[in-house]
Amino acid sequence: MFRARHLLGIEPLAPPEITTLLDLAETYVDLNRRTVKHSDALAGMTQINMFFENSTRTQSSFELAGKRLGADVMNMAMQTSSVKKGETLIDTALTLNAMHPDLLVVRHPQSGAVDLLAQKVNCAVLNAGDGRHEHPTQALLDALTIRRAKGRLHRLTVAICGDIAHSRVARSNLILLGKMENRLRLVGPATLMPSGARDWGCEIHEDMREGLKGADVVMMLRLQKERMDGGFIPSEREYYHRWGLDAEKLALAAPDAIVMHPGPMNRGVEIDGTIADDINRSVIQDQVEMGVAVRMAAMDLLARNLRAERGAKAAEMMA
Amino acid sequence: MILHFQNARLIDPETQSVEDATLTVRDGRIETVGADAPQGAELIDCGGRCLAPGLIDWGVKIGEPGERHKESFRSAGLAAAAGGVTTVIARPDTMPPIDAPESLEFATRRAADAPVNIRHMAALTRARQGREMVEMGFLQDAGAVAFTDGVRVVSDTRLLSRCMTYARGLGALIVGHPQEPGLSKGTAATGGKFASLYGLPAVSPMAEVMGLDRDLALVAMTGARYHADQITVTASLPALRRAREAGLDVTAGISIHHLTLNEYDVGGYRTFFRFTPPLRSEEDRLAMVEAVAEGLIDVIASFHTPQDEESKRLPFAEAAPGAVGLQTLLPAAMRLYHQGGLSLPQLWRAMSLNPARRLGLPGGRLSAGAPADLVLFDPDAPFVLDRFTLLSKSKNTPFDGARMEGRVLGTWVAGRRVFGEDA
Repeated sequence: MFRARHLLGIEPLAPPEITTLLDLAETYVDLNRRTVKHSDALAGMTQINMFFENSTRTQSSFELAGKRLGADVMNMAMQTSSVKKGETLIDTALTLNAMHPDLLVVRHPQSGAVDLLAQKVNCAVLNAGDGRHEHPTQALLDALTIRRAKGRLHRLTVAICGDIAHSRVARSNLILLGKMENRLRLVGPATLMPSGARDWGCEIHEDMREGLKGADVVMMLRLQKERMDGGFIPSEREYYHRWGLDAEKLALAAPDAIVMHPGPMNRGVEIDGTIADDINRSVIQDQVEMGVAVRMAAMDLLARNLRAERGAKAAEMMA
Repeated sequence: MILHFQNARLIDPETQSVEDATLTVRDGRIETVGADAPQGAELIDCGGRCLAPGLIDWGVKIGEPGERHKESFRSAGLAAAAGGVTTVIARPDTMPPIDAPESLEFATRRAADAPVNIRHMAALTRARQGREMVEMGFLQDAGAVAFTDGVRVVSDTRLLSRCMTYARGLGALIVGHPQEPGLSKGTAATGGKFASLYGLPAVSPMAEVMGLDRDLALVAMTGARYHADQITVTASLPALRRAREAGLDVTAGISIHHLTLNEYDVGGYRTFFRFTPPLRSEEDRLAMVEAVAEGLIDVIASFHTPQDEESKRLPFAEAAPGAVGLQTLLPAAMRLYHQGGLSLPQLWRAMSLNPARRLGLPGGRLSAGAPADLVLFDPDAPFVLDRFTLLSKSKNTPFDGARMEGRVLGTWVAGRRVFGEDA
């Protein structure tokens, strides 16, 4: 039960598709914990990672996922490539398409750029983050982490805290956790809350203490310094005082609340280092582990659909 | 300790009434109005004079830190007490400005020298440079009652919108100076036949309207709490009225000088009459008095700005703007009362109750439980002002040599007499 051709966002996915993907990811979690971590689900296929924005963590996670599934993986460092020479995004896409890749993993600083690229190529496209829009595999790995830690993925109170305005992670998580029927809260300074958030149907708290009360999941976001042109918050010390996760504020959440962070962390800005390291509360390392498994599952499912589509096309031509 | 004021004309801005009654104060707070003297009370015979809540003067410049030769907390406090001002709302445009919790803490410590209440506004942007917002949360926790860059307008609208959004989250009040800085830069008078005749660089009254329109649009966008420090021209009033009717959280103030003086007072290039914004036409002055009576303009303040002699002994356009006003606020306001423009309760609404309400302070009232911050005055006592009798370190008043009526007889802060016979 997973029909999508691309994984461009959480928004087009139906809840059963999400569940299917997470169930498959569970099997890859087991595989990844073995000594021999190999499958041939993508054997013979070509995966190209195109990152128009720097990323070490996500890119290596996708690379590892592809390699463990037996794909031929190529990384294109877009910041040093032909884009620098003035090539448009669509020309880059057409050039790549001519090389017949099967899976294209794309990160781009502009919202909507990955969608645009997907319209121009014949392979499956995975969005690895576009601007402030979506980061679907992050939301899926967060969902898997929550499901494993809390035993369910519904009827949980989830507080997403910090720089909501600049965060694609927040948007994808909001959509996914909303589809799965959780109670969602957005917590952060008014300057970092998107102006339309009031119509999103979730609770909005400028006071973090209010926002954390009774929460089952505390999801911290990184203060996106590189995406800010200044002036959103007065200083890091005031931000930490009001919206940084410390023991005192966390004490207001449910006693068994888990703490999440998509990384990389700014310790002492949005999160107290000792909380990030607390193995009883923090699932931050699990998130990284789930990331590889979820990306394997996503690429596996997209590859199956791609094969089925190509098979159908071939049969059509034969007939 | 119990004080019992007898034979007083009580001016109550809350009920907008004047009545002959007694007032009893116990342990620094008002206990009752109209009761008999309790046992052991110290009796104060008011001799039929007016007893009112002490004035709350919003926007006072004190020279600490940086310009203590112009004014210290001590000298400003003494002038305030002599002027019937029981709470001073200090401006952050000091040197360096009050733009961090550390500097606010310093100012708060120094303010203990004054015999009256001092509350502080903090700058809105670091060093009042309009580039980065201050640590509004820390400053609010440290006691800042509002945020303002004073007459330095934040021209970066994106930054100002972020400041307002952030302030809204904290419930903080932003005080703006409605003025289009591109037009007002380098000017010293209001555009019109007077300024043209005198050859003074002048600014159109529309610069204030443009500044106000911009700020009000940002308020509508962000939902911030906003106070326009000085509304001084008729053309600004429709915008202010519309904002009120639209339910925006907006208030406005005006200086006592713009209510009692006009552009012609500058005659002879008298630099003690140089203000920011400049004095306006007589038509504007009259419209402003009406706007205060109607309640469209909420607050009257002195905008006390001490300047030393050297800053004023210059060609008009080069002289520093502003005047001292702590001690002349009440007698100047009595001009409006005697001219029939504003009643005593209306004046006290603008000079005491409204600032207290807007800034969340307990004063400005005569009701039970309110702090016993009181002024006893004779609205009719005449005198000729000699600026060298003022208690401010600086003597730059436009009322030097002026005939005035209204004398402060006594001032109490939390039931303690800080000015008058036994002080």
